[in-house]
Amino acid sequence: MDGAKQIPVLEAHGLVKHYGHITALDNTDFEVYAGEVLAVIGDNGAGKSTLIKILSGAVVPDKGEIHLNGQHIHFTSPIHARKAGIETVYQNLAVAPALSITENLFLGREIRRPGFMGSVLRMLDKKMMHKQAEGFMSDLKFRIPSVTQAVETLSGGQAQGVAVARSAAFASIVVIMDEPMAALGVKESGMVIDLIRKIRDRGLPIVLISHNMPHVFELADRIHIQRLGQRVAVIKPSEYSMSDAVAIMTGAMEARQPTS
Amino acid sequence: MSENADRISFASRIRQMLLSPTVGPFIALLVASLFFTTQTDRFLSGSNISLIFQQSGWIAVLAIGQTLIILTAGIDLSNGAVMTLGSVFMVSLAVNNGVNPYLAILIGLLITVGFGLLNGLLVTQLRLPPFIVTLGTLNVAFALTLIYTVETVVAPTELAFFGQTFKIGGTTITYGTVAMLILFLVIWFILRETAFGRHIYAIGNNPEAARLTGIRTDRLLIAVYSLAGLIYGFAGLLLIGRTGVGDPYAGQTANLDSITAVVLGGTSLFGGRGNVLGTLVGSLIVGVFRNGLQLMGIPSIFQVLITGILVILAVSVDQLSQRNKG
Repeated sequence: MDGAKQIPVLEAHGLVKHYGHITALDNTDFEVYAGEVLAVIGDNGAGKSTLIKILSGAVVPDKGEIHLNGQHIHFTSPIHARKAGIETVYQNLAVAPALSITENLFLGREIRRPGFMGSVLRMLDKKMMHKQAEGFMSDLKFRIPSVTQAVETLSGGQAQGVAVARSAAFASIVVIMDEPMAALGVKESGMVIDLIRKIRDRGLPIVLISHNMPHVFELADRIHIQRLGQRVAVIKPSEYSMSDAVAIMTGAMEARQPTS
Repeated sequence: MSENADRISFASRIRQMLLSPTVGPFIALLVASLFFTTQTDRFLSGSNISLIFQQSGWIAVLAIGQTLIILTAGIDLSNGAVMTLGSVFMVSLAVNNGVNPYLAILIGLLITVGFGLLNGLLVTQLRLPPFIVTLGTLNVAFALTLIYTVETVVAPTELAFFGQTFKIGGTTITYGTVAMLILFLVIWFILRETAFGRHIYAIGNNPEAARLTGIRTDRLLIAVYSLAGLIYGFAGLLLIGRTGVGDPYAGQTANLDSITAVVLGGTSLFGGRGNVLGTLVGSLIVGVFRNGLQLMGIPSIFQVLITGILVILAVSVDQLSQRNKG
């Protein structure tokens, strides 16, 4: 991302959030640009989950501004953020296991049949949804035997893949992924990492929250480091080592000039 | 990625089919019917089958409402008492207070919907467990019924229309049976083909996921409990049609009977799995056992015994299939 003059797709300035006497966010800035994977790292209590909740509309900040493509915006709920084009993937598989892959992809955004069947009988257009689901999956080269099978017949990685694919399919601005590999094994994580790359290659920016440094360094174009409620640095993985990143995160080292 | 699918062998497919929510109960119903056909000549006749449908009808309709609630991972202990309250009001208002019978039906239905709404509000707004909420409303509905009246009142014909009959090829069928079957089809359609229906499964499966995908889970639950209330009102009308009276002491074990029918029909008590046609099959299993054992001259306490064993069997299958999915 050498477009320093480029407008961030999503940016925040001076975010502050208190929970009682605890200050979760203390004047944090944030920005993510088109086509990049921005990793957000930080120790427990650094405020990264509060930051993510604010960006996905789940928490309203006490102070600070959010801009979407340069436009000032104020989220009041996750539904609001989603309507604006921000999708979030959560670590605990946010899928309904007994429902099919298609049903999970379209959960809460079902397509109804045209005409009388749809408007009066409220019938779902299952054929259309299956067709589109197959389209999403083949776009992402996500191989599954059939979109009609129940999610519980899939492996953990595939099930998380369904949640990731759902976000990618419906996000127009950015996908936020909160520890998407945390519940998965090595091979399963690899599958989700592949999927994240494919989504990035299609131009959709991704905000990735992770504790796993190898994953972060494998995927991220830039790394936002959060410490004690503030953004202390934004680094490029090519210019720093993993141990440097951890040192900055824990306060053992200061970053050189931010590279963003 | 596809080696997983290839590993699903033929044997496990057969096992999956047997464990699948509706196939197992259906086989049980067939086996039971075959057994009674061999044991007594009177079992397999048009009039006896029509009788089984009439006997099972109102419990089956209660069980439709129960299915909707169990699919959301809830449970409704109040349904029998709510139905009784509604039906007693319908009959007594019309007979004792001279209210127009159709207006009385409307008031009865409003009462049962009102109790459903109350259950839904308590479950969603106070975050109380459905078991406790409906245990409370069970007692409230039962008490209100007896405060209103303790007498059994004969229903006017306008109220007992579901007991009226027509004939197909010499077999007498009640309108109540037809209404029950239509209601099963309507709810089956809603559960299968509409977003509302699919969201009921999603909420029972993973309420957090349902909420995160933007489903308004509280509103959905309130709608489900209210719809169940309306269905209990219809069950009350069916009961009036069947017995011809409004009886304040009717339906005292109907809540457990409806849960039995749902569970025998293969719907999971954990929520999110099952189907309402299974509930029809479950209701008929209970009906077939009761009727068949009666025809064989076996004391009625054995029906209770066998129903109990069947319930434990059905719940075990549910539990085991959950563990396999773990």
